[in-house]
Order: sequence, then C-alpha cells, then structure tokens
Amino acid sequence: MGTGAVFRVDGLRKSFGHIEVLGGISLDLHAGEVTVLMGANGAGKSTLVKIVSGVYERGVGMMHLAGEDFAPNTPAEAIRAGVVTVHQNINDGVVADLDVATNLTLDRLTGSGAPTFFNPGRVRREARAVADRMGLAIDLKARVSDLSLADRQMVAIARAMAHRPKVLILDEPTSSLSSAEADRLFQLIDRLREQSVAILYISHRMSDIRRLADRIVSMRDGVVSGVFDNKPLDYEGAVNAMLGRKIHLDRVVARSSARAVFTAEGLRIAQGSKPISMTLGAGEVVAITGLVGVGKTALAETLFGVRRPLAGVMTMDGKPYAPASAGEAIAAGVFLVAKDRATSGIVGGFNIERNISLPFLKRLSGFGIMKRRAERGIARRQIDELAIVCRSERDELSTLSGGNQQKVMVGRWMSQDARLFILDEPFQGVDISARRDIAAKLRASADGRATLLFVTELDEALETADRILVMSEQTIVGEHRNEDVDLERLLAEVAGGPLHSAA
Amino acid sequence: MTVRDHAIRYGFIVLLFGLIAYFAVAADGFVSPQSAVFIFQSVAITGVLALGVTATLVVGGFDLSIGSVATSAMMAAAYVMVVLEQNAVVAVVVCLLIGAAVGLINGWLIVYMRVPDLLATLGMMFLLVGLQRIPTEGRSIATGMTMPDGSVANGKFGEAFLALGRHRFDFFVPNLVPVSVVVLIVLALLIWFFLEYTRFGRMMYAVGSNERAAELAGAPVKAYKIWAYVISGVFASIGGILLAARLGRGDIASGNNLLLDAVAAALIGYAVLGAAKPNAFGTAVGAVFVGVLLQGLTMMNAPYYTQDFVKGGVLVVALVFTFALSGRGRR
Repeated sequence: MGTGAVFRVDGLRKSFGHIEVLGGISLDLHAGEVTVLMGANGAGKSTLVKIVSGVYERGVGMMHLAGEDFAPNTPAEAIRAGVVTVHQNINDGVVADLDVATNLTLDRLTGSGAPTFFNPGRVRREARAVADRMGLAIDLKARVSDLSLADRQMVAIARAMAHRPKVLILDEPTSSLSSAEADRLFQLIDRLREQSVAILYISHRMSDIRRLADRIVSMRDGVVSGVFDNKPLDYEGAVNAMLGRKIHLDRVVARSSARAVFTAEGLRIAQGSKPISMTLGAGEVVAITGLVGVGKTALAETLFGVRRPLAGVMTMDGKPYAPASAGEAIAAGVFLVAKDRATSGIVGGFNIERNISLPFLKRLSGFGIMKRRAERGIARRQIDELAIVCRSERDELSTLSGGNQQKVMVGRWMSQDARLFILDEPFQGVDISARRDIAAKLRASADGRATLLFVTELDEALETADRILVMSEQTIVGEHRNEDVDLERLLAEVAGGPLHSAA
Repeated sequence: MTVRDHAIRYGFIVLLFGLIAYFAVAADGFVSPQSAVFIFQSVAITGVLALGVTATLVVGGFDLSIGSVATSAMMAAAYVMVVLEQNAVVAVVVCLLIGAAVGLINGWLIVYMRVPDLLATLGMMFLLVGLQRIPTEGRSIATGMTMPDGSVANGKFGEAFLALGRHRFDFFVPNLVPVSVVVLIVLALLIWFFLEYTRFGRMMYAVGSNERAAELAGAPVKAYKIWAYVISGVFASIGGILLAARLGRGDIASGNNLLLDAVAAALIGYAVLGAAKPNAFGTAVGAVFVGVLLQGLTMMNAPYYTQDFVKGGVLVVALVFTFALSGRGRR
C-alpha cells in the first residue's frame, strides 16, 4: 500500500470572522487507500472539503499534491490539478435534463480548447470510453432525470473520474442510497482503489466505514482528534475520538420520575426497523443520542405528528395519542423545537415577538384579532428568562447571533406550558454560553412535563439529561441513567453492533 | 436610523407628496375635490384587484388570473341580467361565486396538483378569457343584442346594478364620491385590518416567509394558501362588478390592462414605508401613486400613449427601492 503521501495537508487553519472553524488540521492521503474522515456536525469536515476543492480560500497552512504546492483558487483549478470532489448533494454533480453521455463529458464543453460545435457522435465515443474505464453499466442515452439516485451518483463519480484525478473526495455519498445501491458504489470504490487513486471518504455510517476504510481520521472541533491506521482498525476508538469524552464538571444530578407522561409501544418509524418502546416521566429530561442518519429526526417528527408511524401506539397522560398534524400535537401539549432553525423554525420576515407567538396565535387572539399587548408581554418574558441579547422584542432575527436565534426558537415553545417538550438538535450552531443557558433553563423548567432531546453530541446528552437513550438503525438500542454511565457500553451502542468481534 | 434607512422608509411617500405639490403648481385645477375623486375613481377597479393579489403575494404566491376573473365577472353580470333577465342581486351573487370558484380551483391546482403558481394562474387566465366568449360566440352583451340562436335578448341592466357605477355619495360637496371609490376604501381597510391585526393574516405572512416553519407551528398551510386565492378571486370579481356597472354592458374588449396595472400597484406597495413585503397599505398607496401621476400628466396634456411608459418607470423605481436599497428584499 501507499508508500509516501500523495496529498498532504499541513497545519491548515481557517476562520470565519472570529470563529475558528479549523484549528490546524494535518492530514495525509495515500495512493490506493481509502481514508475515512469522521466528525460530528460542526467538526469542520465540510469546511475542510471546501478548502481542498477550491471553494474556500485556505487560511494558514500548506497543502501539497504529489510533492508540489497546491493552492486552488477555484473548483476548476482543483479539478485540473487532479483533486476531484463529489459533493453530498447528488444533484449538484449532474445536469438532470441532459443525457448520461453529455453529463460524462460535460467538463469538456467548457474551458479553452473546447470545440465550438457540439458533436454528438464524438461526445458519445468519449463518454463510452469513460464509462468503460469505470465499469459503468448505464444506458448512455438515458436522461439523468430518469435515473435512480444511485445511478446518478455513479454518473457523478464517473464524471469526476473522467479527469483521471489523483485524489477523489466523496462527501457522505451513501446518505441517500439503499444498501444494495451502496454495494454498487463500494465496488466502484474498490475499482478506483486498484487504480491507485487516493480516496478521502467522509461518512457517519459505521457499515460503510467497516466495509471500506484502510485508515480512519477522526475530527472534533476543528482539529484531528485521532488517526487510526493499525490493522485491525479500532472503530470504537474512532467513534470515541469523534464524539469526545471530556466529561463536564458541572454534571447533572440525575432525577427519576414516578409518573409517566408519554408512552410509546411497538413504534416503528422505518421499513424493516425494530420497534421502539419508551416511557417518559414528568419532570424528567431524556436525551436520545446516536449518529447522524439513525432516525432521530424521524422519531421526533413522528411524536410531533408530522410523520405517521408504520406501527405502534402512543399515549399522553394515559390517553391514546395519534396526532395527524403538528396542529393536533400542539393542541395535545406536544411541542417540538425543530432541527435546523433557519429552514424549519425562523420566519425571516418576523421580529422576535412575532416569531415567539407564532404557534399560539389562537390563544393570543380574541375573535381572530391579535392581542398585541399580551403578545409583547410574552415575548419580553422569554427574552428575560432566557437572557436573549437584543435591543428590543421588535428586533429582526437576522440581527441576532446563532445562539440568541436558537434561544428565540426555544423561547417560542416555552412561552406556553407543554406536556411533552421535544428538542431536535437544540445546540446545533450555538455557542457554549447560549448552550449552557438553554440547558439550564430546560432543567429548571422541567417540572410537570416530560422533556425529550435529540442530540448527536454525547457531551450535550451528558450535560443535560437525567436519562440517555441510544439510537441506532431507526430504533433504540440502549438506555443509561445519567449516573456513572458505562461509556464503553454507550459508545459501543452508538457505533452499532458488537465492535470487538468485528475488528 | 441612518439617512439611508429614512430614505428607504419614507422615500416613496415623500415622492408621492412631491408629485402632488408639483402638479398643484404646474397643472391648473389639480387641487380640487373633483380632481381627487377622479384620481381615486380611475384607480378604484385596479386597486380592488391589487388588494386581492396582495393576499396571494403574502402567502408567497401570485395570481395572474385576476384580470380575466374581473372581465369574466363583468360578462357574467351582463349575461345574467340581459340574457337571463335576472335582477341585480342575482347578478352580484353569481359574480362573487365565480370569483370564489376560480380562487378555489387556482388554490387546488397550486396546492394539491403542485402546479407552480405562475403557471396555474396563467392557465386559468387563458381558460377564462376563452370561456367568457363562448356563451355569446364572442360578441359583447347589451340590451337588444341578437343571440346565436337568432332570438333577441331583452333583459337590461337593473337600476340598482347601474347605481353601483353611477351613484355618487355626498361628501362636503354634493354628489361627489362614486360607489367604486367607497368600495375601494372599504376593501382596503378590511384587507389591511385582516392582514395586520388578525391571527389569520399573521399566519399568512408566516406561510409566505417560511412555509415549513409555519407548518411546524401547527398551521394548516394548504388551507391558508387556498384561502389566499379565494380572496384574490373574490376581490377580482368585485372589480368585475364595478366594471360592468360603470360600462352598463358586457364589453368583450374592456379590461385588458387590469392585470398589469393591479400587479404593478401591489409591487409598488413593497416600497412604501420600507416594508419590503406585500402589504395592503402599500398596495393602496401604490394604486393612488399611479393614479396621481397619470391624472397630473393628463392635465398637463401628456399624450395618452405615454401612460404605460410612465407606469413602467414608476414600477422599476419602486422595485429598486425594495430590493436594492433595503437588504430585506432577499427572501
């Protein structure tokens, strides 16, 4: 295998404003090896990929490709130099309305030296050559929009490989593929490995990683937190390094609850997944943790009535609970602070008070007419209680920092009493002090309701919850009381499957 | 607030008053109750349509069918009274039903059939333009006209209906304010109150700004969208009733400019008070702005064929105000 590194990143740093996203990354890629890059959300993976692929300018640090300095200013330069990236969103890599042959040769239509006239015969010949080299068995005349996601992915990768790159970067390529489709992708990757391409493979999926990895590099908070290249690979150690294990001093005192508020029995949220059963008690804060893509958001949306479960029953306060819409869930006292506030929470045209009152307009109006004084009072109270930094309750949300925006989102749903309060990734894109504020507020106000958090970061669960449930493959695989947690077992559950025997 | 903020917020209002001041000096008789009423009257029907389309703009949609809904309502009113020999109340009810039905169909196409709003309402526009000609084989409708089967239509526009176009209320000066202006003002106040002060209006803005957030806040997003198109359709049909009452016949050739004028007024409204979003007050001001400009220019003997050019200029300036100067135009 790889003797010297084909591609080398040395001490790379990158900041946006005051926030340092990459704090000195060093990374080697070897020819004919698959290096898996693991990292939680916000670890800096996508920033790293964007710098390497020429989208962002690098800050401090060096990059070398085959011994020469590598400093692409544009994505096109990176590709020409031999570093090709297939981005996560498959449809960014293909032009849906053109046929496969044109897609495979698209890059030859632009740039200097490209022929003025489009010659379909020549395009097809060139495309045939590319497809053969990749072992691609797709009708070249088919329109890309008629292909399955997996086939589009293949086309995108084949198109990237038409440049004969030295380095190929795949950013979560299996995130929207079925397992059979992923198998085809893996075969393609094996083939590329044989052709001595250095591959950087970014993924959370343990099954992918087990199948492909020659080395694993874990990232956390903008630095490399672990490199694993001794066979057999230490998968558990890699997950551990990615999630971190700095246990906080201000650990919570775990409470337990006697009275059940919410129960779920035999709940199935995906085809072929195992059923979920759980009970959430009054006054209790429960965190569900697990890697990205294990069904946390699907479960949150099922409890909130946005999705229908495939099977199973739920109860609230002993009564059957089967919400058909978010509106019904809210009426039953189930509130959700949705993941990704920018797309599913914040109403951009509204100021703070209007964002806070949004779900409760009915309660804040008489005969349909808004009670503006009451609305303002509630907004002021939330600003006060959550210590939201703003000039007034009429500020636009775009003027607030990420942490304060998130506080507004949490404040929205805390402005009325919930029976079951669900928060999906409430600490994403939130600075540490806002995170502390929100967590403290959640615990302080937890009495009487059940609180359920969905978090990828283990730290966040350990900091805020009384009880931690672990999700893997669309179901709950473990339960821990947040008191002398057996971290070995917890991490093994997060990583999925019996780790020691797999190694 | 900086100078720039002030310019964005009050620029258009200042421009309006500047324009009025200029015409007051330059054009004889511009400042008189009659002239003011004439301005309002000239924009009344456009304004009503513009208020309706504002509702669809608020939910992030668009309604291109308003002009043809108005002309269809006009033809329907004439047909009901002249051919079917019914009274004014029946005519008005039929028109309103047509407006509501078209709105429902538009909403259904957009929400359930997933046809993009511009395309769905464009299709509806063509459909209605064609449909309104079918009953009379493309002829205008007036008392004494010959029907396709050779008979003569003997019904006529009811007095009550014509009064909608001809009656004037006393307002300081006897016989000053026409019904259409009163309708415009009442509807403007209604839709303004609805959008600004009721929870339904609030939620419509939320739907237009972030549909998913509105849905996750428990709002029946689809229903809100459909209602917006129903409002738009009903308002357009009210415009059509006023048009029929003013003309006193079902004129196949009238109402060509309604759609573009109404949309222009609503878009100019984005710039008023720096709202950078559709709003009822802005729409009304936008309509009046265009009316003032045209009236003033007419009184200064500008030829009629320059009118569209002037409207276009105002619209472009207003759009620059909205999108370039205030960064909030980005959605």
